[in-house]
Amino acid sequence: MVRMFVALFAGMLFGAGLAVSGMMNPAKVLGFLDVAGDWDPTLAFVMGGALLVTVPAFWGILRRPRPLLASEFDLPTKKTLDVRLLGGAAVFGVGWGLSGFCPGPAVAALVPALAGGLPAVFVFTGAMVSGMFLFGRLSGKPAKTAE
Amino acid sequence: MEDFTPISGLVGGLLLGSATALLLWLNGRLAGISGIVGGLLTPKSGDAGWRVVFVIGILLGVFAWTLLAGGGDLVQIETSLPVLGVAGLLVGFGTRLGSGCTSGHGLCGLSRFSRRSITATLVFFGVAMLTVFLVRHVL
Repeated sequence: MVRMFVALFAGMLFGAGLAVSGMMNPAKVLGFLDVAGDWDPTLAFVMGGALLVTVPAFWGILRRPRPLLASEFDLPTKKTLDVRLLGGAAVFGVGWGLSGFCPGPAVAALVPALAGGLPAVFVFTGAMVSGMFLFGRLSGKPAKTAE
Repeated sequence: MEDFTPISGLVGGLLLGSATALLLWLNGRLAGISGIVGGLLTPKSGDAGWRVVFVIGILLGVFAWTLLAGGGDLVQIETSLPVLGVAGLLVGFGTRLGSGCTSGHGLCGLSRFSRRSITATLVFFGVAMLTVFLVRHVL
């Protein structure tokens, strides 16, 4: 029960972070990815701010035998690079570059979309979930994920 | 660089990092969104609840910020609907195939110094930049 509350609170912080940072806005993300255009470095500051917390925090947390409220850390076990990793990252990169949306912002943007006037978000997020579903159907048993 | 917003970017990043650290510290879970959402589509028993709750949390967090900041230009989309549909399929399929996205590989993976995540992050940033270059400056 407490873990559910933690998940809710962490989700709220995450959602607020996406909105505050501007990364929920595909135009802003594309502004970062467009290195040959009117470049907007904001995304690097978002990533930097996040890593400023997570790098030392993860170092400390993962030295502990277990998380505070669960029996073990649920971490990816695979260590080797393979075609699936590289191919998946490349396919994701094309979709990200075409749209400016990655999965977190695509979920977060449902809020302004529901508030009105953004059918495009439903198109993207619906297609994204379909793509995930398709992968689940094709692969049968998914590999342990990094995220 | 008229759209550059370093302060709100940094503050938002600190929030994202805090959320990610909290979830790992307390629940032992990585805050990778493609994994959390994708895991809902092929659920194992007892594993779906926290994922649903986390996603609801994201929506509530955005909603709270929207109330504070007002509507405005929170989401600007210039891409056509057919392209968005194709892009969505690619993002959904690709993140599952590659076991992660900007949060899972980019944030969690880099923080664990995972070789797989560092490689994946370089690949998807590189390919995305190349895609934007082709769409905006070549085609």
